[in-house]
Parts: sequence; structure tokens; C-alpha cells
Amino acid sequence: MLLDSAALQRTLARMAHEIAEANPDAGSLVLVGIQRGGVPVALRLATELAQVFGRTVPCGSIDVTFYRDDLNQRTAPAVHPTEIPGDIQGKTVVLVDDVFFTGRTVRAAMDALHEFGRPSRVQLAVVIDRGHRQLPIRPDVVGKEVATSLRQSVLVRCSSGGEEDGVFIRDSQTSSAAQLAS
Amino acid sequence: MIWNRKHLLDLQSLSAEEIIHLLDTAREFKAVGQRSIKKVPALRGKTVINLFVEPSTRTRISFELAALRLSADVINFSAEASSLKKGETLKDTARNLEALNADIIILRHGASGAPHFLARFLGAHVLNAGDGAHEHPTQGLLDVFTIREKKGRVDGLNVTILGDILYSRVARSNIWALTKLGARVTLCGPPTLVPKSFESFAPNVRVTWNIDEALRDADVINLLRIQHERQKASMFPSTGEYAALFGLNTARMAKVKPDALIMHPGPINRGVEIASSIADGPQSVILEQVTNGLAVRMAALYLVNGGASLQVAG
Repeated sequence: MLLDSAALQRTLARMAHEIAEANPDAGSLVLVGIQRGGVPVALRLATELAQVFGRTVPCGSIDVTFYRDDLNQRTAPAVHPTEIPGDIQGKTVVLVDDVFFTGRTVRAAMDALHEFGRPSRVQLAVVIDRGHRQLPIRPDVVGKEVATSLRQSVLVRCSSGGEEDGVFIRDSQTSSAAQLAS
Repeated sequence: MIWNRKHLLDLQSLSAEEIIHLLDTAREFKAVGQRSIKKVPALRGKTVINLFVEPSTRTRISFELAALRLSADVINFSAEASSLKKGETLKDTARNLEALNADIIILRHGASGAPHFLARFLGAHVLNAGDGAHEHPTQGLLDVFTIREKKGRVDGLNVTILGDILYSRVARSNIWALTKLGARVTLCGPPTLVPKSFESFAPNVRVTWNIDEALRDADVINLLRIQHERQKASMFPSTGEYAALFGLNTARMAKVKPDALIMHPGPINRGVEIASSIADGPQSVILEQVTNGLAVRMAALYLVNGGASLQVAG
């Protein structure tokens, strides 16, 4: 275990404060979680930000499947809902994901996002940066940086808000390759 | 659920799980169709060929638009203006298209089993867009998609298919999809067009020639057009008599469940199998079927393209 439930909660709260500090105008802020792992993280950050700002922050989801660069090399991945709250034209969109790895998912998410309009700024917030970037993309807000090997996989569980939450790291043969592709 | 089929040839061979996975995928594609930018790059760089040996407008346009919205390049090929008229065989035509590096071939053909035949020797993916009186899988899928969306489920529903069953590939694909997902299917029409033997398709299929009985408990009524072009002999005396005996008119409609869905794969013959006011009425979902057809065909192209790839990542 990397972070237990309480440590994860503190991490999310700190990330929310960093987002708020960088974006004092709450009215132009939109959170968008990347399916699937980023969606519960975005919801938690939205809850935290609502406390910081004293008002709700719109929160949506985006599925990047159709924009992936490896569709030709694998069976068709399952597709999940994309729900962009309102118009993102001229807004500051914070893309949210659970684990930052190769950067390819985020690249796909930026392509997908621009089909919905032209935000004035796009930022990236991730709970865990595990290294092994393959593209020139860097998160703006990071919960925790962790050096990992390709044999390891990282799991962020934060949907319950209870004791089962946490960040877990484990050795595995198969999932690292699968995540490399994602 | 991982979709690992290279082709979509029929619904008979699909599992309930595969059908549901395709319907779930189609739901997301329907959402894409409601965006201001309706196009996604999932099939960018792929070549899709609409090989329509039998004439079709709506299915061809639907497949063409589906492929375009996935960013594929599409070529339309119709029999009337092709070498098939000069005596070329289907096999040679398909091989020529493959030599142009076609990735997906969508086939409409008058002979049952034609897409299965192509799939045996082509490296490209094959999608059946209707083969003879055998199957029309994407029509069956869009029908169950529409039912599932409107009713919230398919399991346990009474679905009546009314009309020309014998010559209908739509009926066959519907029977497979509906029974696999747990619906009870009633087939009704003139005895010459609705053979009793259809009850052996699946346990939940029954045949009745009594239209009042067929309509009474129906949650969904799917009307089929009389396929004059496929009938070898005269199967009933006249369209007027058909309309009187088996057409869905306002008198019959009055006895139908108030929340029953009225469906039709099109093209509709107003005043024959369906009264105009019913086709345009509040229970009709005929135009939504067209919208859903696009989403279902996008899902089919997307899944088939990823099916049976050389390696599965991870």
C-alpha cells in the first residue's frame, strides 16, 4: 500500500487547494475525469473544491477510446460515457486521471476534449505520477510521485470514500504491459 | 467482455453477452451522434467498401455514414454499374477489392450465405448487410437496441412480428436477437407467409395466424413489409386483402396496449401493413430506429475492426 484511506484524502485535499490556487476564478473552472480511473478522482476533487470555493464546480467525464493511438494493435476496448458539463469554450479545463504513466491517455484526452470546444487553458491533475513518460506531457498537479518498474501496476481506489480506499502497488507480469499500451 | 470476432455475419452465432456488448457500445456511439462534431478517429486510415450486389438505399447510406463518422474512407460499389454485370464472379470481385487493400467489406447480396462465403477466403473483415432471406444482423441489432432503450429491457417482453416472415431476413435476425435476450416472440401473418416450422427456431417463438391474438399482449409490434421482390409466387390474393386482414389499422390499434412500441424496418407501405396515422403516431419509433441504426453500425464496424487482431495488448 502506498497511501491509506486517510493519506489519500489528505492528498486529494491538497491537490484541490493547488488547483484552486492556480485558478482563483471558480466560475471558469471545469473538472473532467478520464474514463475510467479518473472519474471517481474528479468527483472527489470537485467535492473538495466546492468546500474551498463555497460553490459547486462542474465535473464531467471523457472517454478517450476512439482517440487512442493503439486501436490497430488490440481488440476494440470497451467504451464508456463521455459527459462534458456545459460549454467548455473559453473555460479552464482540468483533466483528471488516477495514474500518470506513458502520457498517451492524456494525449488522446486532449484530442477528444477539443471536439467539444476550445478551452482557454487545459491543465492536468493526477493522483500518482509513476514515471515512464513516452510523450512530452507533464501534469500540473501531482498527488504523489512514485518510482515504479514496468513490472509493477498501480491501483487508485477512491470511489467509496471509506476504509477500502487507498493507493496500492503490486508486482504483476501482465498488467504492466497492458497499462503500457494504455 | 472482449469482442474477438473478425466478422459480423449473423446473429444466430452470437452469444447474448456479445449482443449486449455491441448494444452498450452503440449507446456511446449514439451519444457521439448528438455532439456538434459527430466524428471520431477510431477507423482513421481504414478503407471500407460497401459492396451492394442487391439494391439498397437506406442500409447503404446508414453504413456509409457510420464509416464516415468513424473517419474511415468509404467506397460504394453497386452491382448495376460494375463488372458483375459483365460476368465477373462475386469471389473475383471481392478479391479485386481486397487487392486494393480494403480493410472492411460490407456485403448486401441476394443469396443467403454470401457473406459467409466471402469470409472464408478474404483477409478483410466482412459485415453482412443482408443476405437473401437469411439474416440482416445490423437491423436485428438496431431493433433490439430501440426496444431496450425505450422499454429499459428486452427480457420478458412480448414482441410480435407481423407480416411477411417467410421471406424476411429482418424477421430471422430479430428472432435470434430477441430470444437470446429473453423476449417471447409471436409471429403473425397469412399462413402462406408464416410457416408453423418457425416455432422450431427457439423455445420462445410461437406462430399464430390470428392477428387479434398476436396484438393483444404485445409490448412491441414490429411490422414487416411484403417482400414482393423475393416472392416467387402469389402468396396472397391482393394487397387490399392483406391490408384488411393483417394491416395495422386504427381499429386494431385501439385494442393494442397503450405503451406498445410500433416498429418498422422501412421502407413502409402506408395503407398496406400500417395506417398512415399509426406510422406517424405517438407510439411509433420508426424514425428512431433509423437514428439507432447508425449508432449500431458504427459499433459493429468499430468492434469488428478490433476483432481477431494479431495480438491482444496485455
